[in-house]
Amino acid sequence: MVPIHDEKLKYLEETANKIREKIIEMLLEAGSGHSAGPLGMADIFTAFYFHILKHDPKNPFWPDRDRLVLSNGHICPVLYATLAYAGYFPLEELYTLRKINSRLQGHPHRGSLPGVETTSGPLGSGLSQAIGMALAARMDRKKYRVYCLMSDGEHDEGNVWEAVMFAGKNKLSNLTVVMDRNNIQIDGFTENVMPLEPLREKYESFNWHVLEIDGHNMEELVFAVSEAEAIYEKPTLIIAHTIPGKGVSFMERDFTWHGKPPNKEEAKEALSELRTLGRRIKSEHE
Amino acid sequence: MLNPKLKLNPKIFDEDIEEVPIRNGFGEGLLFLGSKNDDVVALSADLAESTRVEEFAKKYPERFIEVGVAEQNMATIAAGLGVSGKIPFIASYATFSPGRNYEQIRTTIAYNNSNVKIAGHHAGVSVGPDGATHQATEDVAIMRVMPNMKVFVPCDAIEAKKATIAAASINGPVYLRFGREKSAVITTEDTPFNPGTMEVFWESRKPQAAIIVSGLLLRNALLAAKELEKEKINVLVLNSPSIKPIDEKKIKEVAEKTGAIITVEEHQISGGLGGAVAEVLAKRKPVPVEFVGMKDTFGESGSPADLIEKYGMGIKDIKEAVRQAIARKS
Repeated sequence: MVPIHDEKLKYLEETANKIREKIIEMLLEAGSGHSAGPLGMADIFTAFYFHILKHDPKNPFWPDRDRLVLSNGHICPVLYATLAYAGYFPLEELYTLRKINSRLQGHPHRGSLPGVETTSGPLGSGLSQAIGMALAARMDRKKYRVYCLMSDGEHDEGNVWEAVMFAGKNKLSNLTVVMDRNNIQIDGFTENVMPLEPLREKYESFNWHVLEIDGHNMEELVFAVSEAEAIYEKPTLIIAHTIPGKGVSFMERDFTWHGKPPNKEEAKEALSELRTLGRRIKSEHE
Repeated sequence: MLNPKLKLNPKIFDEDIEEVPIRNGFGEGLLFLGSKNDDVVALSADLAESTRVEEFAKKYPERFIEVGVAEQNMATIAAGLGVSGKIPFIASYATFSPGRNYEQIRTTIAYNNSNVKIAGHHAGVSVGPDGATHQATEDVAIMRVMPNMKVFVPCDAIEAKKATIAAASINGPVYLRFGREKSAVITTEDTPFNPGTMEVFWESRKPQAAIIVSGLLLRNALLAAKELEKEKINVLVLNSPSIKPIDEKKIKEVAEKTGAIITVEEHQISGGLGGAVAEVLAKRKPVPVEFVGMKDTFGESGSPADLIEKYGMGIKDIKEAVRQAIARKS
């Protein structure tokens, strides 16, 4: 994979910022949904769909495409906004989120919307589905890679550890997990609700290769994904340390923003912050 | 008399009728599919031998996936395979799959419409000494209410093989239910199996009731029909291996013809075959119905024959249900 050059980085940062703005607008329009997670993952989604993945938005079922499985489906506003900017469907459709007759279900549904690889929402089952796809690639001697984006909170689920054990046993080197380590879940901080640490050691003891990155640094992500590609006979976990609510100061690191949308006033403030940020990205690179 | 068109086993009423575990038919069907289609894949949750996946695993090791004792993982891995061009069969005991992994099946197989075939073994109390923890008596109900899911309950090993092969040619999720114990071989290789239909296996002149059966209790129903005929009570016996889709046309037809229906299954009387038949009758031809099956209770340890008897699914229970249904006709 090619590293990100300066010009591309500026484009990616601007795109991520636009995606954040769209997330706020969509959530306001929908009147329900999750805020913190989607904002926190905007940089990672942007890097995947605009730099890392081999995919074709005009041919979403291209058999050799890389697969991106979103396991924690509740952050789907970021998936939808990214897919729309990538060209899978029109941007206007984003405002139908969670409404009747929409292809943008409250939690993603495979078959409803092009680009959605699997149905998710009930936590802890994305990784095993990604494993199924990775096994199919291996059986068919296909080169596509499978990426699974997971939350930290969903690691409370037993199904996750069944999957972690299985991927280690089967040396699924065509599988890479990116964990959104944002430390929050609905009932509070992850380490209070159900401590997950030491996460690195847990995965390593299940025979995974583990990397840690700043989840808002797209160059680090691309570097880590390249390393994962080079690792032979092990699946890779990339622990991406992210700030929930990233980009909107009053949402950052506050778990109460996990599962609610902004109201009109809050959205206005959030959008104003993001637009200021957007102007700064533009000027910084000039 | 037995329906001659169906080419059934002529020894059905003999004491020394051949007995084979229904699950063997699954193993044979899977092996056959393995030789015909490279996309057929089998997954086991540490039960390869008893779910009869073992032969497939030996012959096609590159298409066999051992997940260990992890039914939730098995279902979800299969979901991923099923949307990637594979035809995965997952095999375990029905109390665990679709019991334990119900939600994974719902979200990742059924709602995803992934091409996964779920083989639920050790169905019914005829599992025997293992006891109620291993005797699935609710599995048909929970699979039947699942959108996109089809449900097949074969009556013997030969039909099980046919149902397994048919499942692979259906594009979408299918639930297959198999018994553990040896049971009578009712059909032959020449007996037709068509998903979505039920066939009259036994017919008497001017029948006063129709018995609709799925699974291994079919032989009890046939024996009951034969005894009833001697007592001047004429009935039809229908085998319904396809519970979803169910043969609505045939149910209406026999209800009109006989005016009373009895359902027989090794499953809770609510939600399974009995429920499915009653739903059709309520809508299309209301007639008295009697249900033979598990009456809102768990099973227990014991010999299969003793358990079938104790839980009211024996020949005498079927005969009694027939008499009651006929008596309720207005």
